[in-house]
Amino acid sequence: MQEINRDTLIARAKELLSDGTVDRVLGWRCGEFDYDVTPAVFRSADELDTGFVFNIFCGANFSKYLIKETAKSESRVLVFLKPCDTYSFNQLLTEHRFDRSRVYAIGVPCDGMSDVNTLKLRAENILSAHENGDAVEIETLYDGKITLPREKILSERCRFCKSKKHVAYDELLGEEGDVCDNSRFDEVKRIEAMTPDERFEFWRGELSRCIRCNACRDVCPACTCEKCVFDNPNSGVSNKAAANSFEEQMFHIIRAFHVVGRCTDCGECSRVCPQHIPLHLLNRKFISDIDRLYGDYQAGAEVGGRAPVVNFSAGDPEPSDAVEGGANHA
Amino acid sequence: MQRIGVFVCHCGTNIAGTVDVAAVAEALGHEPGVVVSRDYQYMCSQAGQNMIAEEIKNNRLTGIVVCSCSPRMHEATFRKTAASAGINPYMVEIANIREQCSWVHKDMAVGTEKAIILARAAVAKVNLNAPLTPGETPVTKRALVIGGGIAGIQTALDIADAGFPVDIVEQKPTIGGKMAQLDKTFPTLDCAACILTPKMVDVAQNDKIRIFSYSEVTGVKGFVGNFDVTIKRKARYVKEDICTGCGLCTEKCPQKKIPNEFNLGMDNRHAIYIPFAQAVPKVATIDPEHCMMLKTGKCGVCSKVCGAGAIDYKAKDEYVEEKYGAIVVATGFNPISMDKFDEFAYSQSKDVVTSLELERLMNAAGPTGGTLLRPSDGEHPHTIVFVQCVGSRCTACADKGKEYCSKICCMYTAKHAMLIRDKYPDTEVYVFYIDVRTPGKNFDEFYRRAVEEYGVHYIKGMVGKVTPEGGKLKVQGSDLIYGKQLHIDADMVVLAAAIEPDKSARHLATMLTASMDTNDFFTEAHPKLRPVESPTAGVFLSGTCQGPKDIPETVSQAGAAASKVIGLLCKDKLTGNPCVAHPDELMCNGCSTCANVCPYGAITYIDKEFRMPDRTTKTRRVASVNEAVCQGCGACTVACMSGAMDLRGFSNKQIMAEVDAICK
Repeated sequence: MQEINRDTLIARAKELLSDGTVDRVLGWRCGEFDYDVTPAVFRSADELDTGFVFNIFCGANFSKYLIKETAKSESRVLVFLKPCDTYSFNQLLTEHRFDRSRVYAIGVPCDGMSDVNTLKLRAENILSAHENGDAVEIETLYDGKITLPREKILSERCRFCKSKKHVAYDELLGEEGDVCDNSRFDEVKRIEAMTPDERFEFWRGELSRCIRCNACRDVCPACTCEKCVFDNPNSGVSNKAAANSFEEQMFHIIRAFHVVGRCTDCGECSRVCPQHIPLHLLNRKFISDIDRLYGDYQAGAEVGGRAPVVNFSAGDPEPSDAVEGGANHA
Repeated sequence: MQRIGVFVCHCGTNIAGTVDVAAVAEALGHEPGVVVSRDYQYMCSQAGQNMIAEEIKNNRLTGIVVCSCSPRMHEATFRKTAASAGINPYMVEIANIREQCSWVHKDMAVGTEKAIILARAAVAKVNLNAPLTPGETPVTKRALVIGGGIAGIQTALDIADAGFPVDIVEQKPTIGGKMAQLDKTFPTLDCAACILTPKMVDVAQNDKIRIFSYSEVTGVKGFVGNFDVTIKRKARYVKEDICTGCGLCTEKCPQKKIPNEFNLGMDNRHAIYIPFAQAVPKVATIDPEHCMMLKTGKCGVCSKVCGAGAIDYKAKDEYVEEKYGAIVVATGFNPISMDKFDEFAYSQSKDVVTSLELERLMNAAGPTGGTLLRPSDGEHPHTIVFVQCVGSRCTACADKGKEYCSKICCMYTAKHAMLIRDKYPDTEVYVFYIDVRTPGKNFDEFYRRAVEEYGVHYIKGMVGKVTPEGGKLKVQGSDLIYGKQLHIDADMVVLAAAIEPDKSARHLATMLTASMDTNDFFTEAHPKLRPVESPTAGVFLSGTCQGPKDIPETVSQAGAAASKVIGLLCKDKLTGNPCVAHPDELMCNGCSTCANVCPYGAITYIDKEFRMPDRTTKTRRVASVNEAVCQGCGACTVACMSGAMDLRGFSNKQIMAEVDAICK
């Protein structure tokens, strides 16, 4: 099988640009260091050649960028989507957030993305980092060359990868994978097993580091409101810095409620948090509750379809069941 | 800034007994926006209302707060007062300081403090109120009655009599319900069939009434005056309009060992059957579970013998969509299962029967042709023990039975005992009871006759155990008055099984958004003052779906429900509720979540052009609320992530202001 790498992606993007299928490409651009990868729009073959990368640091999920990008022009935009990104893509389509006809989506394979923070804990003063098979070769300023197994710096969400299967694309590069059977709810169970006091302390500890930079909200593919309640002076809850520790917690809890049933567990919130708060666990708890109360449900697995939190069926559990369950698992 | 008047009602001593009303009026006088604050003995009286109107005019008030009883009681009253004095009726807020304050508190200081807080919240809300104007909706002049027992039949007949078309949906192949299975009726002992079947015929012959038998309601949308209902007509494999009800097919069908539901499984019927001779519609139905033609494709006898050619093995379930202005629930009851009452040996002996089974055993059209014979050996029973309250008033073991009194058992047991003693004077009849409850016209006289004239042995106490032994039923019970254990060798034991709402009721209540109590009986809008209306507008209650009832009570409630329906259908237009949802289009994401949660289908999406700050236009998908359809339930406002959807009269801001006022 042909290996899918940066060159494959660039070659295909160039073809699509030149035949007029798309007039711009949403892709990853390398920053100053190999691990500083940011989303970018490429408009020409030259821009692709100089800036486009596809490596183990391309964690960014482009789905949300499509809202603004498709609104800019009627011509199509090319987007590269990893398997987990396609779930966000579908969820946004379910919510009519962008015009599908203005997008050309290419599914790209993913063997798991690396976590920059873990990398930096393992190696200091990194000059370059490249994957080589199952290893990552790191060039450092003072410690010379370090080789780490890739799995050692795999990000949490990739260790518990939920799916190697693309659920949406116009074209797929590489082979289709499968939905993974994983233990991503183990961490949720660990927190559920805590006493209420322990749990409160756990979250207070984690959330006390929040600086309300809003990165989690801004990156979240489910947080796509025209005007966020936290930015709306009329909502009565907008504020930048929390007045006290309780408010910090409320921000994250309200946000988790706002994305409940819509969160695909893409893990972007935790990836971008500069304070390393495991925010995805709040959402994952909701996902596990939804699975338990309404049957297994993966947001974004399809466009439209069942949405257990906002649909009603006669077989739904009674509120008393849910509360009782909540009390047991709270 | 609003100019608000606060009016604190004493409600005699109902409020003034636990709330210092003068102190409430005084405290509220200092709230922002309040220009006048007064208390009065009965604010809802003419004098009280005049006082409010005077103050509105004298002080040029823009809004009022009435601190009184629940808004369900008098909100409409005070809105009218306000309107007559020239201010918008939606500028009125009620602070419920009776049901939610004075009635639940004993301490004057605590009650007063809470009353002030509740009133303050109402003032905070009025400060943000805006005048609202209700719209109007048309009324579909057709009623739906769900359930074709005596309750549904009576309601349908009364509505049809007033000139409105009515549809009855009945899940069984025939209307008639439980009453069709009864033998005689208390306290007059006239035959149930003799008084019921003429009514069934009336229904069939009434050109205003359509019967959807062997059908179910599978979907309800819409609201009062405008319900859209989906009715599933189950395939009966017999063309209703062609079948003459001659019954030849039901005699020739080779599948004849199927327990007959109408006789509670005490005899058999064929796979194609007519439940009973007076069935309406008198049409055969094929039971697909047992029909060989439908199961294996081999038989077809009924089709061959049918002269009319009514058999259609290829029939499919059909769905009918119909519009209605009002819906009457008349889903009735069933006796509870005796599975959990093994102490009475119901599963061990055929001679232990429920009272409804006894009705069939004594009915001339029943399995024994009306002669009371023991089901086990067909012998004449000489000793019969009745056990009352089997599963009723069952407080100790709620998982087994029901906490409530089933109401009808005392009377029908007296009836059974009396009829048996009358027909078979050589039979000894014992009745074990907890209490004998006989309120009702001529009821106690009836029971006394059973004891005094017919010599029925009434024993206060419960039966502990029934053991089948040597062809007899050894009944062990306690006689609480004599304080001793009794051992009776009985030939039959009759269990007065508790009654429970039909299983279909819960699913139906969900579709109708009608509320139920913990026992799955439908709840009334008001237990005393609105007993035949559900809290859901346009949904009415008839018969035992609302609570245990005997026939006379059911019929009067059925008539009452009909009169409410007629009152509704007489109107050409209904005044809507102006407290409806409306989206802030600039904030709307167009995500459709609100449309998904809307139970009334009031929300659609439109593509709308917006002028952007840079003078370009942008087309965005935004929510649009049909205000005539919106019922103001508020589900959309909660589901909306961005808070773009809000409810007029109950805006997020108003509610937050109330909460803030309470937490101040």
